[in-house]
Amino acid sequence: MSDVLLAGVSVSYGTKPVLRGLDLDVRSGEWLSLIGPNGAGKTTVLRAIARLARFEGDIRIGGRALAGMGTRDVARRVAMLLQEPQMPAGMTVSQYVLLGRSPHLGYLGKESGKDRRIVADILRRLALDEFASRSLDQLSGGERQRVAIARALAQRAPVLLIDEPTTSLDMGRQQAVLELIDELRAEQELTVIAAMHELTLAGQYSDRLALLVQGALVAVGPPDEILTESAISDHYRANVRIVDMNGSGHAVVPVRK
Amino acid sequence: MLGIFGPRAEPAAGALIALGGLPRLRWVWGAAGFASLLIAAAVGALVGPVHIGLGTVFAALLSHVPWLGSSVSGVDPGQATILWSLRFPRVVLGALVGGMLATAGAAYQGVFRNPLADPYLLGAAAGANLGATLAIAFAPGGSFIGVNLVPLAAFAGAGAAVAGAFALGRTVTGLRTATGLILAGVAVAAFFNAIQTYVQQSQTNSLRQVYSWILGRLVTAGWDGVLLVLPYVALSLVVIYVHRRLLDALSVGEDEVVTLGVSVRRVRLIVVIAATLGTAAVVAVAGTIAFVGIIVPHTIRLLAGRSYRVVVPLSMLFGAAFIVLADTAARTVVSPGELPIGVITAFVGAPFFIAVMRSTRVAAL
Repeated sequence: MSDVLLAGVSVSYGTKPVLRGLDLDVRSGEWLSLIGPNGAGKTTVLRAIARLARFEGDIRIGGRALAGMGTRDVARRVAMLLQEPQMPAGMTVSQYVLLGRSPHLGYLGKESGKDRRIVADILRRLALDEFASRSLDQLSGGERQRVAIARALAQRAPVLLIDEPTTSLDMGRQQAVLELIDELRAEQELTVIAAMHELTLAGQYSDRLALLVQGALVAVGPPDEILTESAISDHYRANVRIVDMNGSGHAVVPVRK
Repeated sequence: MLGIFGPRAEPAAGALIALGGLPRLRWVWGAAGFASLLIAAAVGALVGPVHIGLGTVFAALLSHVPWLGSSVSGVDPGQATILWSLRFPRVVLGALVGGMLATAGAAYQGVFRNPLADPYLLGAAAGANLGATLAIAFAPGGSFIGVNLVPLAAFAGAGAAVAGAFALGRTVTGLRTATGLILAGVAVAAFFNAIQTYVQQSQTNSLRQVYSWILGRLVTAGWDGVLLVLPYVALSLVVIYVHRRLLDALSVGEDEVVTLGVSVRRVRLIVVIAATLGTAAVVAVAGTIAFVGIIVPHTIRLLAGRSYRVVVPLSMLFGAAFIVLADTAARTVVSPGELPIGVITAFVGAPFFIAVMRSTRVAAL
């Protein structure tokens, strides 16, 4: 019921086409990662699903057409983790995460005790309860990412869109963030669609990869089928080796010419 | 749809979970706001060329309370007239003007996510100045159904300028971004200012009157001025007040707030219309008093907190107190003459604001 279906989705910025007739079917509870070189349109796919970008074609969430939904309706079904979420100085962690309850409030509504309980629960779940009263500008990069995830989770939307979740994090924090998202996905049956730069990690965490090049879908399938040396050298113009990690997926390793 | 979290994840009903760090208006600040407004009102009623004691002020107030009034006696009729037809209406008008300008400033800063936004951002001041200048220059002493033409023309001018900015912003950028609307406001203000300056320079006999109007002063039209602005100010303040949570939500940025299910365009439109309506009304009776819409909300942010749940109600109270005091100073400092109130707000306000900035973390702005 939280499957995401894209049929013939095109997006243009001005006269420049960014996505051309994309067809994609993401199953409920699946983790699908969008990969592709810079400018391939990965973020634009996410923006279209979150209805931040105008699109032609049809996007359906749980069978319902996105085009006919109100802004709040969309936000109850789709939460989006932006690549660099803006965190206003002076706002506290709990206030920021509580904003995630907005889609469930009336236009002039007020958060109830239930909303606060949900937020307190999520903060505890992400080991952020000590940070509740902390100001957002006093957080480290990894803490900010966790807070952003908490805010997205507070929406309790079945579809989670993630734009480059590991940018500007060190290797350990990249793993921690992806593990956390994967755990939450399993526990809460979230459908995750992520734009990923880091191919090894994308292969390790995703059920399927969708390779986009210049706004068109080139291939979609399980990581071992998509992450091939020839595909990466063709589309990324990169020289790589794909190393089998003995049951832990494949590593994409750059090789100097 | 919402049942996707298993019951395991649902906190037990009635479980006591304290969520710290949520912004709320501390009672100390609320009490301080009310106290400062009361003190300012008392000062405004007591200070003037004719000495009137505090007891007389209370007696004069009580004498107008239904059922109680007849039991109050001993108020000098002359003093009662001074209080009821001069000082009280002026205090009330000052409170309405100050509360409105400070709150409108806070609202504009919120919807445009711009710390320099003030209630005149979209051309309200330029429009009001042009309307007032035209009325003063070409229809001196004119009136329309018994009401002085200057405030009416100023109100119409302010409304026309902001409506023009909206129309222009809409055709150029489709109101998608706040920047488009702000630039449209800048263009409209420049255009209106050009006409206003031309009229002002070509009608030299009304120059002084025009200039004094532009710098702002509270008209002493008894209760008429109060009744003229009250409905607009009340409506505007209520609308801004009920949008406090949404103003906080807007601070996360235009994209992110849309993913939270908030229609930025709708919030911006409603809040800007409300703030402009109130601003146009007070500009019509008080001229364009500068600086209040910036200094009051920012001082509150620095001292009491940045959330609009704190900033909006405190702007109403402290903005009101500030203008009542500034007006009292404006009519006493060079008595029997009167200084433009904008001179006082900037002369006292600027150093005070700098002192607050120096003693707090400016980064919090």
